[in-house]
Amino acid sequence: MSILGTRVLRTEDPRFLTTGGVYTEDVVDDRLAGACHVFFARSPVAHARIEAIDVSAAREAPGVIAVFTGADLAELPEIKPGALFNQQMTRRILATDKVRFVGEPVAVVVTEQAYQGEDAVELVDIDYAVLPAVVDFAEAASDKVLLYEEAGTNVAANFGDASALDEHLFDECEVVTTRTILNQRVAPAPMETRAAAAAWGEDGRVTAWIPNQGAQGTQGGLARLLGLKPEQVHIITPDVGGAFGAKFGADPEHALVAWVARQLGRPARWTETRYENLVAMTHGRAQWQTVTIGGKRDGTVLAYRLEIIQDSGAHVRLGAMLPFLTILMTPGPYEIPKAEAVAKSVVTNTTPIGAYRGAGRPEASAALERAMDLFAAEIGADPAEVRRRNLLPPFTEPHRTKFGALYDTGDYAAALDKALAAAGYDELRKEQAERRARGDTVAMGIGLASYVEITGMGDGEESPPQENATVEVHPDGTATILTGTSPHGQGHATAWAMLASEELGIPVDKITLKWGDTDLVPEGGGTGGSRSLQHGGSAVRQASQELIEIARERAASELEASAADLRFDVERSAFEVVGDPDASVPLAGLAEEERLVVRTVFTAPGATFPFGSHVAVVDVDTETGKVVLRRIVTVDDAGFVLNPLLAEGQRHGGIAQGAAQAFVEEVVYDADGNPLTASFADYPFLSATEVPSFELADMQTLTSYNPLGVKGIGEAGSIGATPAVQNAVVDALSHLGIRHIDMPASPQRVWQAIQAAKGNA
Amino acid sequence: MQVELTVNGRQRSDEVEPRLLLVHYLREVCGLRAANVGCDTTSCGACTVLLNGTSVKSCTVLTVQANGQQVTTAEGLAVKGAGEEGGELHPVQAAFRQEHGLQCGFCTPGMVMATVGLLSENPHPTEAEVREGLEGNFCRCTGYHNIVRAVLAAAEAERTGTSA
Repeated sequence: MSILGTRVLRTEDPRFLTTGGVYTEDVVDDRLAGACHVFFARSPVAHARIEAIDVSAAREAPGVIAVFTGADLAELPEIKPGALFNQQMTRRILATDKVRFVGEPVAVVVTEQAYQGEDAVELVDIDYAVLPAVVDFAEAASDKVLLYEEAGTNVAANFGDASALDEHLFDECEVVTTRTILNQRVAPAPMETRAAAAAWGEDGRVTAWIPNQGAQGTQGGLARLLGLKPEQVHIITPDVGGAFGAKFGADPEHALVAWVARQLGRPARWTETRYENLVAMTHGRAQWQTVTIGGKRDGTVLAYRLEIIQDSGAHVRLGAMLPFLTILMTPGPYEIPKAEAVAKSVVTNTTPIGAYRGAGRPEASAALERAMDLFAAEIGADPAEVRRRNLLPPFTEPHRTKFGALYDTGDYAAALDKALAAAGYDELRKEQAERRARGDTVAMGIGLASYVEITGMGDGEESPPQENATVEVHPDGTATILTGTSPHGQGHATAWAMLASEELGIPVDKITLKWGDTDLVPEGGGTGGSRSLQHGGSAVRQASQELIEIARERAASELEASAADLRFDVERSAFEVVGDPDASVPLAGLAEEERLVVRTVFTAPGATFPFGSHVAVVDVDTETGKVVLRRIVTVDDAGFVLNPLLAEGQRHGGIAQGAAQAFVEEVVYDADGNPLTASFADYPFLSATEVPSFELADMQTLTSYNPLGVKGIGEAGSIGATPAVQNAVVDALSHLGIRHIDMPASPQRVWQAIQAAKGNA
Repeated sequence: MQVELTVNGRQRSDEVEPRLLLVHYLREVCGLRAANVGCDTTSCGACTVLLNGTSVKSCTVLTVQANGQQVTTAEGLAVKGAGEEGGELHPVQAAFRQEHGLQCGFCTPGMVMATVGLLSENPHPTEAEVREGLEGNFCRCTGYHNIVRAVLAAAEAERTGTSA
């Protein structure tokens, strides 16, 4: 019986449960013996000129080895934005003349012991001439105050031409409605904060232990920041305590730890505090979206427009690029005859924005699903009916959207119907009507979201997505896999072992997975964008199959038979001569004289497009504004499910993060750019009491883009859950005339909306 | 200051700085690194250990406050040789594995210790009581779904005398 598709328990778990994982801060290694500790003096103001830096008191503090400022780092290259962005928005690795957000590193303090650094970093005396802060990103585009004077604007990039929008887009519509909505800034907040440890070898190479999502990308990033060649950087990836998009590449702090180690000629390490994490690790989302939707009174949507202002934060990083993905997914799962989208990315005096679970696609889905509900409310139709009427019909041949996305396979209406049935939609509507009729002060809401997303993207269609794998069978009957993916909770050690076991007949617990060491695995795309199984897993399967063919030749010679007469018995992990089962040789035996190892690269024809529907049920206390998420029922179709245990875990985590954005979490700044959510006492990190158990329905529509038929599942939950929960909150209050409440639907925001609707504002 | 503690059943005597937090004592002095530091405001629970059988956040206990007392960490919870072939996990640890109650693992040792503490106070909790009981332990990966399942499964295994 095939192991694929079964609930194999994780081989990773016993270690995590007992001695705990070995995260970067836990690493014990001879190369790190006697390591000094690195601390960062960070800007306490959002926007200011640096007038003077006095490090003398810090230098005198107990245990201080050195203090460095930007002046000491002039040799390091300037950090330039990508080609798409305003080329004048450059910066240095440490702020030198100007700080642009609270938390930006300005000086480095190095001490013998960790506690000494916490004390000494407070003694770095920096004079700031405070400038007006640009916090409201809708206002940033006015360019009244510039973050980068030399750039002449706060606009880092435009996507599409806002002056060329079609003024006749909505001409044929009987009904048009528009709204500006906030997709608020949230913090990825992985439980493990950022960290680094670095030591230089006599060969002039730095070995750096960094929690990351792809060692090869981190190697390139660290090399760029330090002005080194990638081959001078050796990355080792310890266990990683969650990432959610925010641990791709290398940050300035990582590079500074490596620089300090070289400068002082001794190993160095750094672990950030949660405060630092919440102000200086990239945040996610942060879009103002103006949606306009129009159609016929029968529920047919004819036109949709999406206009975006993306807050990039103070630096041009991945966040400035997010509108690209949002625009790509503009029409979602719907057949909309006319649609257009434009965006601009602006810089503000806030923490830089980067990738966060979904990265640009949840924003597209949130805008579109809110728009569908606004349209449904405008024509007085059931949101489920409006969706059903406009969903693309099922397709098995790729469907090209007007925005260039090539959807591989989909059956969106089936996903919606399955979710509605699993939730008992009609019964829920009845309950809602009954409660409204009897004047229940706790209002019940039902929210829907249908989505399609993109996973496993390559760099455009000229550069299709790829991943490599190496599989080796050892004489003792064990096997080792090297992968270019980079698990940090997803369970690749178990899943990749299942794929190899299926082909090789070697038990899962005798297969070891290695990753994240650039000396062992020089190439790889890492883990992010829900790419790992479809590319990395497919590569493992392909390598295993190629290995069997090499072994078959060896077995033929060993058994003095024709390779064509041999059969590989997976149950026994042995080759046998067809018709003569006694003439056999075990697979492991074929590795005795010569290594039995294959490295291969899997290439996919393109990205895949998972889809699904979510139904959320909320109770909203109209007297307090408190939202209780009662149920969330989801269909997340990502093709074949290799290990339901792991796939469900991915869905759960995504649903929770998606729901958290809808009604709990938000990064908040005051008007001067001071962060008000810079600790876990202030940032409303989702807790166990705020979510119910999740109800998952199964649906598997295979893709032809890989032999497993799999698509990505890592981000699905966060794409569907956010609009479903937000729509449920608005639906709960729709009888009061409320059509929209911005996220998060906090008690204050909900209560204010109710008061406004009652005319008490 | 000189402190004497019993850590995972072994008596220790160490000279420590008065301000040394228990979590740093466990990690740096004892070399027990299962408990993690996830925040600086006693919010996340990644550092949860048992102090005389009661779960505490070891980032908010000074080592000197634990003087003369018993500390149990995730390392000391396993029945024998856990993590090794033939080793046995504590029933709570086994339930977390069975129910896939962990992903990245960072919150896990704290979550497991908080669960042991919770079940010793309330051996048969409802789902709502489990969620209340673990409100001070954050997890970013699981959405808490499988953690709650694991705690309920561990309680059920205890009740029926079966292992998870």
